Amino acid sequence: MKKNITLLFLVSIFLSACSDDDDSIGRTDAKARVGFNFTHQWGDDVVTKNDFNTVQYVNENGEQMSIERLRYLVSNITFKRFDGETITMGGYNLVDLTNGTDLSFVLRDSITVGKYSNVSFTFGFDNEDNQNGAYPDLNSVLWNVPEMLGGGYHYMQLEGKFMDSTDTETGYQYHAIRAVDRSGEELAFEDTFFTVDLGAVEIKGDANIAIKMDIAEWFKNPVKWNLNELHSMMMPNFEAQKMISQNGKSVFSLGEVATQ
Amino acid sequence: MDFFPFSRKLSPSLGGARGGLSEQGYRAKNFLEIFSEATIICLVILFLASCSKDEPKEKETEAYVPVPLVLEIPSLFEKNILAPVIPINNPLTEEGVALGKKLFFDPILSVDNSISCADCHAPSNSFTDEDQFSDGVNGVLGNRNSMPLFNLAWNYDERFFWDGSALSLEEQVFHPVTDTEEMANTWSNAEAALEASPDYPDLFLKAFGETKIDSVKVAKAIAQFERTLISGNSKFDKYLAGEVELSPSEENGIAVFMDETRGDCFHCHGNPNNPLWTDNIFHNNGLDSTFTDLGLGAVTGDPADNGKFKSPSLRNLAFTAPYMHDGRFNTLEEVIDQYSEGLKPSATIDPLMKKVAQGGVRITEKDKADLKAFLLSLSDEEFVKN
Repeated sequence: MKKNITLLFLVSIFLSACSDDDDSIGRTDAKARVGFNFTHQWGDDVVTKNDFNTVQYVNENGEQMSIERLRYLVSNITFKRFDGETITMGGYNLVDLTNGTDLSFVLRDSITVGKYSNVSFTFGFDNEDNQNGAYPDLNSVLWNVPEMLGGGYHYMQLEGKFMDSTDTETGYQYHAIRAVDRSGEELAFEDTFFTVDLGAVEIKGDANIAIKMDIAEWFKNPVKWNLNELHSMMMPNFEAQKMISQNGKSVFSLGEVATQ
Repeated sequence: MDFFPFSRKLSPSLGGARGGLSEQGYRAKNFLEIFSEATIICLVILFLASCSKDEPKEKETEAYVPVPLVLEIPSLFEKNILAPVIPINNPLTEEGVALGKKLFFDPILSVDNSISCADCHAPSNSFTDEDQFSDGVNGVLGNRNSMPLFNLAWNYDERFFWDGSALSLEEQVFHPVTDTEEMANTWSNAEAALEASPDYPDLFLKAFGETKIDSVKVAKAIAQFERTLISGNSKFDKYLAGEVELSPSEENGIAVFMDETRGDCFHCHGNPNNPLWTDNIFHNNGLDSTFTDLGLGAVTGDPADNGKFKSPSLRNLAFTAPYMHDGRFNTLEEVIDQYSEGLKPSATIDPLMKKVAQGGVRITEKDKADLKAFLLSLSDEEFVKN
């Protein structure tokens, strides 16, 4: 009995240490498993694969459109502490809304419980990670970019149909890759991956962080996308890739952080 | 699903073909892990059994444990793509594969003992045949072109047939035996014929530990054999291995294939980083404006899937004519012309068929000829000879 009381006492001390709000000095060794899941919307409307294949969305330019395929790559999840220390979790995940696969994942390594000033990820691959053919799982789902466009991998494939100016249902392929200019003798690149800052989160224990994608934003800001002018052959289109990257900056936001 | 750090993923030698994140990779990995656990458990049971005093029984048990068979995976596959899918409840064994091979070539499964699997899936034709529609028993014709059989263990989604109606290779094997347009048999008939034969009871005993023959064991054995049909030694494979050079025509052909502004084939049929040359996914590739055969749509019941059929692999086209799910094209020239000028719009046409409004990608005659030369470089002479 005495032992139990001692144990309880120790545990209560430990727990009170965990609840210390001052993170700059109050680090604990408590670890948590953190997962992420990706949700999708068009403006205020939730989008799941059940909403695919029907022309039912209107983009900023007033074009009616559908979604038939959506998959995209996120990498390099990073946590930043209030004291400035960054903890890079690495890795990548191919979110595939078309098949409803990999909409969520759990970080392999656990992370210290506490408050973080920012959680971020990379949309696509940075250049160091974007190695041609390096990832068997991505090769297996044909996520590659042709070598004539620099190789490596797609960042996103968003496809569907839109009603064009002649009221004909026409396919679009909004594919994001590293921008490549093929006009010169050698390929010239411009980076189109970008970091998404989700903002501050508090990890109180095993948790799940929701990341929201507003698909409408891809067609909205700062470039009001005109699908009649640009709906196809975007991979080799240097300017289109840069515009996709610009529009992507406002696409993602932090959803609910749910402690389990 | 874990989120692996790059250190493990960047190096194929560390991460390996099973280092990926996809469910399929995990499944394959787990199969291997669990299989090895199962093997250990079996060994322990065997060990315990060997302690038993009932010696005659012990010998009988030991005699019928099949020998595990490890697939010989081409290095190009091992390096570039996830591990093959081997179901936990049907691991490959030497006896199982041998039995499956015998069944595959034996007409005993058909109602009148007239046709075997190999009649429509002949090795010399990369395990398909030369007919648009194949003869079943009594000369009845089906309505789809017989599919070639190779690299089936790498169909990670495990949807088989042109319309994806079979959800595993084992399930696929069930179909032709009882299909009235194919072998037109009943399983009770087929099982009785096998049990009455002088050879099969013993072969089933060796493969599965029981003389009782049933449809599940037949399907398992044939599926095991089919998983050993690996094609990975075409001229293009040898080129990727640095063993041969491509001709200038083949070189331009792969460039046409990979160029979004010319052939634009790679989104569905892959690239040199994936030796399968298919995405194993279902697409409406613009063959028709209206559909007499709904394909995947008839299976899922979703009108958005109407007219969708599985992308076939581009390997071994030299041996697999005619082409398309309904075998409508006799030559590769016709196939290439279809994508160049013959596309037809419909509600479910894939957005990847980008130039449907212009009839297709409209490549030059030279590019067409070179594309054909490249496609033929994916044919594997060794595979059809063995």
